[in-house]
Amino acid sequence: MAEMGKQKSPEFEELDGFIKKSGLEGKQSALIAVLHQAQHIFGYLPKEVMMFIGKKLQIPVAKIYGVVTFYSFFNTEPKGRNQFKVCLGTACFVRGSDKIADALQRQLGMKMGETSEDLRYSLEAVRCVGACGLAPVVLVNDKVYGRLLVKDINKIIDAQE
Amino acid sequence: MKISTVQDLKNEYQKLASLLALRREEDAVSGKINKREILVCGGTGCMSSDSQEILANLRQEINDAGLQDTVSAHISGCFGFCEKGPIVKIFPDGVFYIEVQPADAREIIDSHIKGNQLVRRLLYEDPANPGLHLARQHEIPFYKKQLRIALRNCGLINPESMEECIAAQGYQALGKCLSEYTPKQVVDIMKASGLRGRGGGGFPTGVKWEAAYVQPMGKKYVVCNADEGDPGAFMDRSILEGDSHSIIEAMAIAAYAIGANEGYVYIRAEYPLAIKRLSKAISDASDWGLLGDNIMNTGFSFNLKLQYGAGAFVCGEETALLRSIEGGRGEPTTKPPFPAQSGLWGYPTVINNVETYANVPPIILRGAEWFSGIGSEKSKGTKVFALAGKINNVGLVEVPMGITLREIIYEIGGGVKNGKAFKAVQTGGPSGGCIDASNIDTRIDYDNLIALGSMMGSGGMIVIDEDNCMVDIAKFYLDFTVDESCGKCTPCRIGNKRLYELLEDLTQGKGTPEHLDKLKTLSQIIKDTALCGLGQTAPNPVLSTMRYFADEYHAHVHDKTCPAKVCTKLLNFVITEACIGCGRCARGCPANCISGELRKMFVIDQAKCIKCGACQDACPKQAVARQ
Repeated sequence: MAEMGKQKSPEFEELDGFIKKSGLEGKQSALIAVLHQAQHIFGYLPKEVMMFIGKKLQIPVAKIYGVVTFYSFFNTEPKGRNQFKVCLGTACFVRGSDKIADALQRQLGMKMGETSEDLRYSLEAVRCVGACGLAPVVLVNDKVYGRLLVKDINKIIDAQE
Repeated sequence: MKISTVQDLKNEYQKLASLLALRREEDAVSGKINKREILVCGGTGCMSSDSQEILANLRQEINDAGLQDTVSAHISGCFGFCEKGPIVKIFPDGVFYIEVQPADAREIIDSHIKGNQLVRRLLYEDPANPGLHLARQHEIPFYKKQLRIALRNCGLINPESMEECIAAQGYQALGKCLSEYTPKQVVDIMKASGLRGRGGGGFPTGVKWEAAYVQPMGKKYVVCNADEGDPGAFMDRSILEGDSHSIIEAMAIAAYAIGANEGYVYIRAEYPLAIKRLSKAISDASDWGLLGDNIMNTGFSFNLKLQYGAGAFVCGEETALLRSIEGGRGEPTTKPPFPAQSGLWGYPTVINNVETYANVPPIILRGAEWFSGIGSEKSKGTKVFALAGKINNVGLVEVPMGITLREIIYEIGGGVKNGKAFKAVQTGGPSGGCIDASNIDTRIDYDNLIALGSMMGSGGMIVIDEDNCMVDIAKFYLDFTVDESCGKCTPCRIGNKRLYELLEDLTQGKGTPEHLDKLKTLSQIIKDTALCGLGQTAPNPVLSTMRYFADEYHAHVHDKTCPAKVCTKLLNFVITEACIGCGRCARGCPANCISGELRKMFVIDQAKCIKCGACQDACPKQAVARQ
């Protein structure tokens, strides 16, 4: 990524445009909104992006890092193209989502929270996506797979690119 | 459209009310119907089961049949009966179709609309009377005991239509407040109604508003807590998806009552549909002059902004939520000062949750006395519960306070799934507790649930059956709390971690009687010393399961067994006579400890078994048993 302060990539320009258009320069209370937008643009929040935001909003990067790592929605590492999210909300848990989680870890050869090196898959546990009627549930990107049994796992993995 | 006076708003309602005329009828007799409307559930649950495709197909079929002038299809908010989704309801005959697939659209149009013949296979079949199909929503046991106040418009209006919102009396309560009541009178109505916060602790809403009202004039804020983090509870999302305007209207009323002009809705980023609908509602309300400066020329101004959460459970705690809106880490602060005295950026702030706000417009329109006439002595009105877990009818139910657990679980919920034995119901999420079968006739209200060692919380209600281990359930909740603890105070950050480790020992067969003593003592210390509500209530799942299921804890510690056969470290996997010798278990075994000849019984080498359960999942004949 380009050197600090000289970012010319379209992503940085888009983020800069968002901050300017919304009148957020120097507005420290807008941090979380800007981080959401930045993650939307970049897919994750690397150090360079945090430094860029720090400069624009006039917030120490250490504070931004504190905020980014506080909230589970923000990632400092890139995610895979196929993001598997296993719901471990209570309704899914009592209907056996822990077994689904184990099976996914076995089949993908990954642990929860990991991303494969080729950026093909990421696997994470999430807390309640609110589709309790379909429990247990796995999300792949935005597609919901519900009423799952362990034997369905391979089918779901095979359905992804 | 611009509404410029309160009278305008009333006129507009008179003009638009007929939009919902068909939907106010439920029992029109087919054959005499010349106009129909079809509603397709557009809640998250049904949308994940292709309800948008159902809607598109219905519209296509209507067009193909040339019925555009007499039949229309629309999206609606959540009907609540998520177990049987996707739901399609037809007005004015009030016929309620369940588990509809996109391919069913043609038959619905051909048979029901054109031929006046019900599609029987899509009707609800009464489990108590097999063969008896119930065509209408109000005949279905799931709906019989419900009373919908907060959910009044969910499954009735198209949530993205401003006209339908007005037709459902939207913003009339705001008009009434601005034209007929002083702010003090609004506060008094809320106090008299007895409404208590629906998001957790149950603090009286009117008292909260009064505390902000009495603060000196100046900048004040109203905030809506839509950071629904309690796993298994999804009523706030359904209200935002199905009836966003009721929240905007209620927040404007609260702002008028306390003297605020600005508000924030703090909403989970994980709820994209709710965000989309709420954003549209805010922009529509602004276009119609019902939000913004000098609303309806009354001199009252109110502006509303969205603020996204970012996946931190603790932000459901009000002081943490305020810090998050301010752009920082969502760490709670000590109370007092209460937000009503010093909240957002130090200004007096009223925070209520979504369901609480949803009750406000009906209270204003129908009066405090009407509301306080519903419910139990100290808990007025209704409560929405998200019924989930091992229950037949998963879904959202709104019932009067004071109803018994038995009525909810057996009459509305249809009992425990697969005929298993009821073991417990967990209420109140990670802050609540488990209630056992001996207390199933308890009348549900704030105080009774606390007396049982649980709490109302936001209204999650998870049914647990004989196949769930209560030690494992307690460990599950502690895992959640440890994960979500913000780390600011020691009792929560370290204490809950230690609780989790003690429970982990129990499930692995390393428990001693001393573990049980430690669990109790440490739980009490955390309750007494943690900084915020999250930490103080985190031990509740441990204490309540120890109270009602002491025998299970005893079995884990003294007999080193798990009666529910869940804790795998305390079990052996064995292959039984039912084995057909297919070898799938051996192929699926990551420890390579299963051997045998094809078409003969296979054997597990217990010394090498890592107890992962993969063999049990792989077996097509359920021949692998846990002992």
